[in-house]
Amino acid sequence: MPIYLALKELWRNKGRFFLISLVIGLITTLVIFVAALSEGLGAGNREYLEKLDGELIVYNKNADLLIGFSRLSRSKLAEIQRVPGVKKVGPISFSSVSVILGPDKRLNISMIGVEPGQPGEPPALEGRSLRSRSGREAVIERSLALRTGLKVGDNFTIKSTQGTQDEFYTLKVIGISDGRQYSLQPAAFVPLLTWDEIKPSPTIDDLKGELTSNIIAVQLDNPDDFKVVKQLIEEQVANVVAVDRVTAFQNTPGYSAQQSTLNTQGTFVLIIGTLVIGGFFQIQTLQKVPQTGMLKAIGTSNLTIALAAIVQIIAVTTLGVLLGGVATLALKLSFPPTIPIVFTGNAALGGIAAIMLIGPIGGILSIRYALKVEPLKALGL
Amino acid sequence: MATVLETKSVNKTYELGASVIRAVDDVSVSIQAGEFVALVGPSGSGKTTLLAMLAGLLSPSGGNILIDGDDLGDMSDAQRTRFRREKIGFTFQANNLVSYLTAQENVELMLRLNGKLDREGKLRAQELLARLGLGDRLKNLPRQLSGGQQQRVAIARALIHNPSVVLTDEPTASLDTERAFQVVETFSALIHEQKRAGIMVTHDLRMCQYADRIIQMMDGEVVRIIEDKDEIYNVARTSKVEGPKIPPEKP
Repeated sequence: MPIYLALKELWRNKGRFFLISLVIGLITTLVIFVAALSEGLGAGNREYLEKLDGELIVYNKNADLLIGFSRLSRSKLAEIQRVPGVKKVGPISFSSVSVILGPDKRLNISMIGVEPGQPGEPPALEGRSLRSRSGREAVIERSLALRTGLKVGDNFTIKSTQGTQDEFYTLKVIGISDGRQYSLQPAAFVPLLTWDEIKPSPTIDDLKGELTSNIIAVQLDNPDDFKVVKQLIEEQVANVVAVDRVTAFQNTPGYSAQQSTLNTQGTFVLIIGTLVIGGFFQIQTLQKVPQTGMLKAIGTSNLTIALAAIVQIIAVTTLGVLLGGVATLALKLSFPPTIPIVFTGNAALGGIAAIMLIGPIGGILSIRYALKVEPLKALGL
Repeated sequence: MATVLETKSVNKTYELGASVIRAVDDVSVSIQAGEFVALVGPSGSGKTTLLAMLAGLLSPSGGNILIDGDDLGDMSDAQRTRFRREKIGFTFQANNLVSYLTAQENVELMLRLNGKLDREGKLRAQELLARLGLGDRLKNLPRQLSGGQQQRVAIARALIHNPSVVLTDEPTASLDTERAFQVVETFSALIHEQKRAGIMVTHDLRMCQYADRIIQMMDGEVVRIIEDKDEIYNVARTSKVEGPKIPPEKP
């Protein structure tokens, strides 16, 4: 009986209910879109550190876990390698350069210096890994390949400002890794010595002196021992701090602020959605007060009335979510790879679950109101 | 004939500050199967309050209401709701029909609510609507029907599930004179034919000519009961309501 009443009303007022489904669809799209943007921007910031093949990341203690401020000498590398439980160590350095794509076309990328064969070097899915410690070769990550069209064997030129001069260097693509963006930029991985030679510097003098890295990735004999080894590193090596990967990417400049901003947006969209859906069903209930009163007067139970309302809310919300899903899919297909939007199954399911939940939550008040309708008053008896 | 509905010293009081208002005062009536009773009286006489109590929508402050021997006062809210859908048929002044159901679906609604809608029930709904002159309006939604047609659908709905008592509140309030006579005449005929106990609350005394008995109320009390056919006809003829006192001749 409740399903009969609910579906008949939906069918005979399909225009009105379709409109609210459309609104729910737009809210769904917005929720999934914000989640995808959050995921995309987050991934662009953390992707490289998140996928790093080391359980611990070591910083200079005074750098406040900011990669750009951290400097670690080669001697630290040797000291960390000697700490019990440490399997391999890999120095990693970061800088930003431009890839020359045409006379007026440049793409800013993260150039990451890594030690071939050591933690920090991404595995090449196409081509091969870095071999030479100082060759002019690079493994590029997927988004750089997508955005530039570079393939294994291609050469590309980067511009690096050293002192007051723009210097240009040609690198050969020897491999392509999976997505490993850093600092919201596509990344190219070069041998650390090459990086040291071609990195941008404020003055020429900065190019001379001891080879340093920003951080050191540490692979452990037993990944479960990371707490113990972290403590040993911090005790046995002076002036360093070791953290896990999650702590590392959460301390990437702007990452936490960006994620909390997007999460707040997502929460507000859900609150607005709840109010819109709740408002619609409340108006709907108010319009139907005399009819609800009549139904009660002829012997329809409160349970039937409540279930009919719930079936309607679920049906309208489900249709809205389906429409939103289709709209999101269409959006996804129309976006170029340059836009940092990543639609993951979890984000989409989270958005859909949230909307499916806010439908009934929004409708609770209207159901409560319908249950309180007095037949005598509603019918003016 | 068997007594279907019986009230024993029913009263309904409301407290308004320090004073007590007696909306219905010591009403004892009984109505038989196949009897059509008109409940009349001026506004505030208590007739609608009495109707609401007979329908189980309002609890009396005192006394008993028995339908088929069952005392409504002994029932819980849920039992009364069930009792209403099984034993009572009801039509109202307005908002009679479910707006998103067709005429036939509105009539079938009572069978659905009672879990008794089958092929035979559907046929019965169609026949009843045809009998009421709505055979070609089965698939129409309420908004596609006139006020009189909607009242007739409501009458069909009030009768389809074979209730013991059929209550109707001002069935002609929104109808023109011709339609009003038609609706009440049909209603009366069906009450007699199907042996239900029918009660009509009306302020339009012209409609009383179809009743077997008139119960007149004033200030919550039953002040007069008219059973004589001639006297009933005279009441209808001397009504102060504007318009014809007897139904127009059928073509």
